[in-house]
Amino acid sequence: MTTSVLSARKVTKRFGGLVAVDQLDLEIADNAIHAVIGPNGSGKTTLFNCITGFYRPEGGEILFRGHHLERFASDRITRLGIARTYQNIRLFSNLTALENILIGEHSHLKAGMFSAVFRLPATVKEEELALVEARRLLGYVGLSGKGDLLAKNLAYGDMRRLEIGRALASRPAMLLLDEPTAGMNPQETREMTAFIRRLRDDLGITILLIEHQMRVVMGISEKVTVLDYGQKIAEGTPSEIQNNPMVIEAYLGKGSASAVLREAAASAR
Amino acid sequence: MDQGKPRHWLAVALQLGATGGLAALLICLVGMVEEFSKRYIIVDLLEMGQAMLLLILIATGYMTARRLADRPPREQLLASAVSGLVPAVMLFALVLLIEPLNMRSVFLNASPGLVDILTFGQTGGAALVLMAAAGTIQALAGGVVPHLSPRTRAPLVQAIAWVGLTGLLADILRVTFTNIPGAIFVLGWMFGRGSGKGLSIPGVVVVFGLVAYATYRRQKRPAGAPGLRSRLDGRKARLVNIGLWAAAAVILYLLPKLLGPYLSEVTNSVGLFVLMGLGLNIVVGFAGLLDLGYVAFYAIGAYVVAVLTSTAVGSEAGQIVWGPGMSFWLALIIAVLISVLAGIILGVPVLNMRGDYLAIVTLGFGEIIRILAGSDFLKPYIGGSQGIVQVGVGRIGGLVTFDKPQTVFYVVVAACAAAGFISWRLRDSRMGRTWKALREDEDVAQAMGIHLVSTKLLAFATGAAFAGLSGALFASKIGSVYPHSFKLLVSINVLSLIIVGGMGSLPGVFIGALALVGLPELLREFSEYRLLMYGALLIVMMLTRPEGLRPEATRRRELHESTGPEAEAPPAGMAAPGEASAGD
Amino acid sequence: MLRRFLERATLTDVFMWFVGGSIVTLVVVGSYLTLRQGVYTTRHWFDFLVFGLAQGSVYALIALGYTLVYGILRMINFAHSEVFMSGAYIGFFVITAMNKSGFLDDNPLVSLSALFLVAMVTSVVIAVLLERIAYRPLRKSPRLVPLITAIGASFFLQEAFRTMFGSASKGYPDVDALQGSWTLTGEFIIQKIQVLVIVAGALMMFLLYLFVMRTKTGKAMRAVSEDKDVAALMGIDVDAIIVRTFVIGAALAGAAGVLYSLMFRQINAYIGFIPGIKAFTAAVLGGIGNIPGAMLGGLFLGIFESVGPILFLDGLGVAAPYQLKDVIAFTMLVLVLIFRPTGILGERLATTKA
Repeated sequence: MTTSVLSARKVTKRFGGLVAVDQLDLEIADNAIHAVIGPNGSGKTTLFNCITGFYRPEGGEILFRGHHLERFASDRITRLGIARTYQNIRLFSNLTALENILIGEHSHLKAGMFSAVFRLPATVKEEELALVEARRLLGYVGLSGKGDLLAKNLAYGDMRRLEIGRALASRPAMLLLDEPTAGMNPQETREMTAFIRRLRDDLGITILLIEHQMRVVMGISEKVTVLDYGQKIAEGTPSEIQNNPMVIEAYLGKGSASAVLREAAASAR
Repeated sequence: MDQGKPRHWLAVALQLGATGGLAALLICLVGMVEEFSKRYIIVDLLEMGQAMLLLILIATGYMTARRLADRPPREQLLASAVSGLVPAVMLFALVLLIEPLNMRSVFLNASPGLVDILTFGQTGGAALVLMAAAGTIQALAGGVVPHLSPRTRAPLVQAIAWVGLTGLLADILRVTFTNIPGAIFVLGWMFGRGSGKGLSIPGVVVVFGLVAYATYRRQKRPAGAPGLRSRLDGRKARLVNIGLWAAAAVILYLLPKLLGPYLSEVTNSVGLFVLMGLGLNIVVGFAGLLDLGYVAFYAIGAYVVAVLTSTAVGSEAGQIVWGPGMSFWLALIIAVLISVLAGIILGVPVLNMRGDYLAIVTLGFGEIIRILAGSDFLKPYIGGSQGIVQVGVGRIGGLVTFDKPQTVFYVVVAACAAAGFISWRLRDSRMGRTWKALREDEDVAQAMGIHLVSTKLLAFATGAAFAGLSGALFASKIGSVYPHSFKLLVSINVLSLIIVGGMGSLPGVFIGALALVGLPELLREFSEYRLLMYGALLIVMMLTRPEGLRPEATRRRELHESTGPEAEAPPAGMAAPGEASAGD
Repeated sequence: MLRRFLERATLTDVFMWFVGGSIVTLVVVGSYLTLRQGVYTTRHWFDFLVFGLAQGSVYALIALGYTLVYGILRMINFAHSEVFMSGAYIGFFVITAMNKSGFLDDNPLVSLSALFLVAMVTSVVIAVLLERIAYRPLRKSPRLVPLITAIGASFFLQEAFRTMFGSASKGYPDVDALQGSWTLTGEFIIQKIQVLVIVAGALMMFLLYLFVMRTKTGKAMRAVSEDKDVAALMGIDVDAIIVRTFVIGAALAGAAGVLYSLMFRQINAYIGFIPGIKAFTAAVLGGIGNIPGAMLGGLFLGIFESVGPILFLDGLGVAAPYQLKDVIAFTMLVLVLIFRPTGILGERLATTKA
């Protein structure tokens, strides 16, 4: 059994009377592609927000390489090696693509105000290297030549790619992708799926993703965790999940499991 | 437009005409028309009051045509004409009613003089016909503008603007250039005789022609075409750069002698606001923190210098009288340091506040500082409402004393240059990016590893430093400080000028200061209506051109809908020496 | 739980706790000293209290305008202070005319009603113009833009009134019917004007509360402030509701303008500025978007500001403590926003991060 890079235990997040995440346990294996799925409102993005420090969970703990993430603010969590993208795309709209990526590199640059004003040689060098790195990342996510476009003027698919590029700029060990294929057509989805797999294979990054498209989930994830009403209702390989009656009912409603399974069995023949 | 059914052109014309009429009535009743009529733009032909009405009518016609852009041209022009008729009728109604309703007892400016101006000196039916005709024609002119090709439009607009500007500043220009040999003949020919007379007809032709031609030629150059400087190779380019800087230095050295005491003083005032503008530009323009209490740091800088350098602080009659009489330069440094400290202290409470709350709370801080400065409670230490007098001035050895406007000029220029340089370097640095990320999306910025607290406090501290410097220079320049110099008005002034110039844009600060501080100082008629025009300007700018007159390159596209990817072309010929554009 | 809190505390939190603690200590010590010195009798305190209540009623009425608009548009209507001022200002012309003709003294009830009506209509007109011209086109702009527009509008209106009607202060004439005072038990005196202000204020607040809770428009207003888009989907004409919100807020502000003028008598184009900020403080104090909160916040602030300077500062030997009453009000605003940003009764707005 490979080691867990992230261990969440009994994580609980409440908003007033609503329990968004309920005593959730989650183990993410190192270098895995792990998907989190579930119907709308099941707490997936809330879970991401807890992991990345946007929310403070009321209970439980989240361990990443020995650190207790539930106590940290998001800037510290990023420095520890976790990066993310957002369901509704949150780029810095009025900055260029290149500037977005440069900001992504913030955590491993060092220049401060003094060195900026006096253009110390070390700072000049650092900026040059940062620029080279940013252009390289732009190319890696397929946005070469678009560096000077304002982020808000990019095509939708390019925006998603840029967000990933920006996340990669912080040199994360683990990448959280929140619905990376939302709004994409089948062709784009295929490209994104292949890209995600490449990220893991080339860069050794552990990927945790929230997805709605079953095709993507089945296609690339090694392990799938299913949430409903903030609780984990199933976990396993994609094929195990596919035929899990509880999962089917969570998506399609009570009593649908048998019908769906019969259908699936019929079409398999 | 998000309306369902298209409206009848008449309805649009009437509505916009009514709005224009309201605006016209307003400027009449606040007294601007009469007050401004004393200054001519074109001698004996067009004075400022008339010009303002003219602008309103042209704008009304223009907006009507724009609003009906999808209709046939004939309808548009007809609508424009009608939209000019409405204000004319409204103004005529005003003229008719002034006497019978004794409007002057309420509206102080509803005077016979005003009536005279509006009716072109006529009465009754003749007046109505004249006014209606004038209104219709002027609005029609505005309605024609959208139909001009862009090639013709830009030169036309620029030329008219420059004619207006030169006409307004005729007196200043005449005085400034009198010292240049031979100029006196040109000036006499181009401008009207006497003060406040504006341009002569030949002068109008000259300015109009020059500007129109220049704009037209500049348009023809394709966007992104390399300017003269970039076509030279490395070493030659560096030489040219050095040459330009040297020339600038010489000009700056000679300038106060050219301008004389009055104009130097005006430049100094502009300079102090440029300094503050650069500071607030970092806080608001870069970091997106709307600080309405910025005057607090200005006050702190001024008071620290005053307290430390004066020899007569506090009041007599048994209370504390003290005055260290410190050297100005030392006090200046201390003032800036204390301002920085204040920036941090006043920044801490607002770290978690959102835009609107941040604005109100910082406004509160500004007011607190002002009230404390004038309070009896602190009177023994800082002079209360009587302020502090005998503030020290800077000296270098026994040689130079910075007490006259012409000498203070150099200090102000040096301070602005330093602040401008620092801003420029910061803008393109990691710190500048960090601030911009903060402005765009604070939570995501934090997720990028940005430490919010230190970033915000650094923005406040830097802004405070510039304001403190400006305040220190202000105290020395005036020689005394009084609490009423530090009202909210100052914060609004600074905010206005960076908005008009363009938030986040460095050249914009200079332009904003020239327009909003320089112009009112030069044109005395404006001073009464200064705040009124600031307010109107802010509204109009936010509605039409929120990115400012000379925007930060990216911000220009931020606030307007953009239509797809476009390459970034630097504004023709505007790149300053060494200013690199972001990215490639 | 305390441990979790301590874990999260940062240096800035410590600093703020220190500052807040010092201020509270000062306040407590000052109050104790003042009371111990016994310079002020119960009657004095009663006077301060009543005055504060009257002033607070004015603040509350203005605060309602802020809170209503903020609830619907999530923006601070910076120019609301001028909406208040305009009612007071135009009211001046009306009451002066009525006074000159003797109508005021002959028919005080009718006169005052007419006065209120004119003032409220004026305020409403100004507010509606603001909404149409300055705010509506900018509804989708980034946050900073409408705020700056509002600031510009505020200054514009102040100056327009000053230049149109003259810089000299205008004085409301004496209203015979409102002169004098009533004596309550013992030596507690309350002025008739103050009674009018307090009662009129309370009445209007009560009516507003009924309106918002019981009528269809009121319900629609609450729906729009919850979620504008969903309300539109439910068939509510969002634009019309927004205008109506402005109208109601302005009417209250106009009435507040008259009450203020009857109490303080001297008015000019700038009387909106400070009360406007105080009223906003009150709205935030009670919880922005929260209607009962604005009412309570206004009353509380009025009393706090009336009683506070003497109570807190006199004992500490501060000269002329009344000069610093605005400082006290602003300090309270800052402390509330730091330590309880959702206000006393709690903000009715959700804040989500991602």
